[in-house]
Amino acid sequence: MIEIQNISKSYKEVKALNEISLKVNNGELFGLIGPDGAGKTTLLRILTTLLLPDSGSAKMDGLEVCKDFKKVRHIVGYMPGRFSLYQDLSVEENLNFFATVFGTTADENYDLIRDIYYQIEPFKKRRAGKLSGGMKQKLALSCALIHKPKILILDEPTTGVDAVSRKEFWEMLKNLQKKDITILVSTPYMDEADLCDRVALIQSGQILDIDTPTRITEKFSRRIIQVHAQNMYKLINDLRAFENTEAVYAFGQFAHFTGKNDETECNELDTYLHKLGHTNVLVEEIHPGIEDVFMHLMESHNR
Amino acid sequence: MEQLRSFIKKEFYHIFRDPRTMLILFGIPIAQLLIFGTVIKSEITDIHIAIYDQAKDKTSQEITHKLLSSGYFILDKNLESLDDIDAIFKKGKVREVIVFKNDFGKNLVKEGTAEMQLIADASDPNTAKLAIAYTSAIVNDYIKKLYPEMHMPMQITPEVRMYFNEEMQSAYMFVPGVMAMILMLISAMMTSISITREKELGTMEILLVSPLKPAQIIVGKVIPYLFLSIANAFVIVLMGRFVFGVPITGSFILLMLETILFIMMALCLGILISTVAKNQMVAMFISMIGLLLPTMLLSGFIFPVKNMPIPLQVLSHAMPAKYFITIIRAIMLKGVGLFYVWKETAVLIGMTLFFIALSVKKFKIRLE
Repeated sequence: MIEIQNISKSYKEVKALNEISLKVNNGELFGLIGPDGAGKTTLLRILTTLLLPDSGSAKMDGLEVCKDFKKVRHIVGYMPGRFSLYQDLSVEENLNFFATVFGTTADENYDLIRDIYYQIEPFKKRRAGKLSGGMKQKLALSCALIHKPKILILDEPTTGVDAVSRKEFWEMLKNLQKKDITILVSTPYMDEADLCDRVALIQSGQILDIDTPTRITEKFSRRIIQVHAQNMYKLINDLRAFENTEAVYAFGQFAHFTGKNDETECNELDTYLHKLGHTNVLVEEIHPGIEDVFMHLMESHNR
Repeated sequence: MEQLRSFIKKEFYHIFRDPRTMLILFGIPIAQLLIFGTVIKSEITDIHIAIYDQAKDKTSQEITHKLLSSGYFILDKNLESLDDIDAIFKKGKVREVIVFKNDFGKNLVKEGTAEMQLIADASDPNTAKLAIAYTSAIVNDYIKKLYPEMHMPMQITPEVRMYFNEEMQSAYMFVPGVMAMILMLISAMMTSISITREKELGTMEILLVSPLKPAQIIVGKVIPYLFLSIANAFVIVLMGRFVFGVPITGSFILLMLETILFIMMALCLGILISTVAKNQMVAMFISMIGLLLPTMLLSGFIFPVKNMPIPLQVLSHAMPAKYFITIIRAIMLKGVGLFYVWKETAVLIGMTLFFIALSVKKFKIRLE
């Protein structure tokens, strides 16, 4: 459905995208995962015909994004990273406006957006600027969907949205997928990767890996040991000082530890930490998550 | 078509829901017209004067009386010595001092000449000049009535007639000027701001991704402001007519058509600005400094073009407002038809087409 081939794009000196190629299949929920400044927005803007790539080509449903941009604009639904609806128009007016702009009416495609729109319908007379963050996001999604696009492109839709709304939002995306819409979504949150069918890990304008979330973690052969102790700051410093340490990353309540050549065992760390006077020590080996993979890919990439 | 209608409707919502826009659209024109109407004046009233009458005879008192009853002058003080003149000017209120020499009336009768001195405060040269002119006129008038048979040798008395504006009403001058300025302001500034606002708020991104054509976006932006500007032009002409008494001698329809042409030109200019400006601030600056000031200063509205240095005169030819002001002055005051203003009209049409072409060409169908 989406084919990207060797796309590069630079802003003056900064290379935002470097020879990116990837393919999104029909009906897929595809995640573009990477930190801020990785080039996600630039890539999505190229796909939505808002920017021209310096080189390379991209096809959306067989249509060239540079040459057939007019046709592409008919089949794409786009939700930019920033709330981009008219704040001084009411919920209803926004929806109707975007419906007519795309040559349709709100009633015609109401089926598609019903599940999303019914939640904000009680506030349909309210100005969009006065909605809460979660409601704004639902309205933006409704507006992006109103013309029944074949491809839906979402740029960091869950940034700045609370945990409950984020979960709800991903459920909405899953439902849309069932209605035969191909979805490409970008996010800086690694934990959202597991909700996608396939993901591309992107960093500094380059793709590190493309696969299903499970395959990505399965392919990862390193052993990750999760460590917790009372004093996290000291823990991380001590772990980094450990002779066999390759990498230590803080993951919220825990530190994720990778040993040189994966030879370090749990009990080895346990004794080491107890000797240094750590209390409440908890050491266990875990399955690596996407974030672990990402950290290591980034590390090896930078080297 | 449906798309365009919806776009225009949306645009009207923006305008009517934003108090700032409403103020600029409807508050400023009326305020400006009233301010200019009362501030720019070439006639004088209530000038404060002081009189140092050394003669104190019948003639000098009659002249004084005639001056004060004219309505132009108010007597502030009767001075007693020459030194008082300096002092009273320094106080600042008195603009003119009239001095009658000793034996004023006697000398006039005996020798046919008498001396009086007019001293004006020229720190405000316009007022000073006007005050002197008015005073001399009144004094001459008095003398003539007193001695109708008296003929000074080689005296030439020009009979002045101010054609098309017999009483030199300044309203006749500023109404067309203010009209050009306001229409320029509203049309160019408001459209450029409203387009750059979409860029700033990110809604432009969505509009570009939609199947809307650039022409539809441009027309959709222009039409609401076109209507509002026409309404404004109406208000200005009517206020000029009924508040300041500026006549409309020519065809009202022609006047309106020319006005619409000028509005179109300004709107296209606004769109052109918006294609260059990145945000509302820049758009506003360009419109204010790039359009408004030259319109005021170089269009012949306040300062006559003929008195400018050559480079500025050349520059003034690039001012659309100059042509518009010429046209409406001709229609309103001289009552001429299209035949007399076709050259200026053609220039405006040319400018409009040029700006349309340029802005459609420069309108970006993508970001950046």
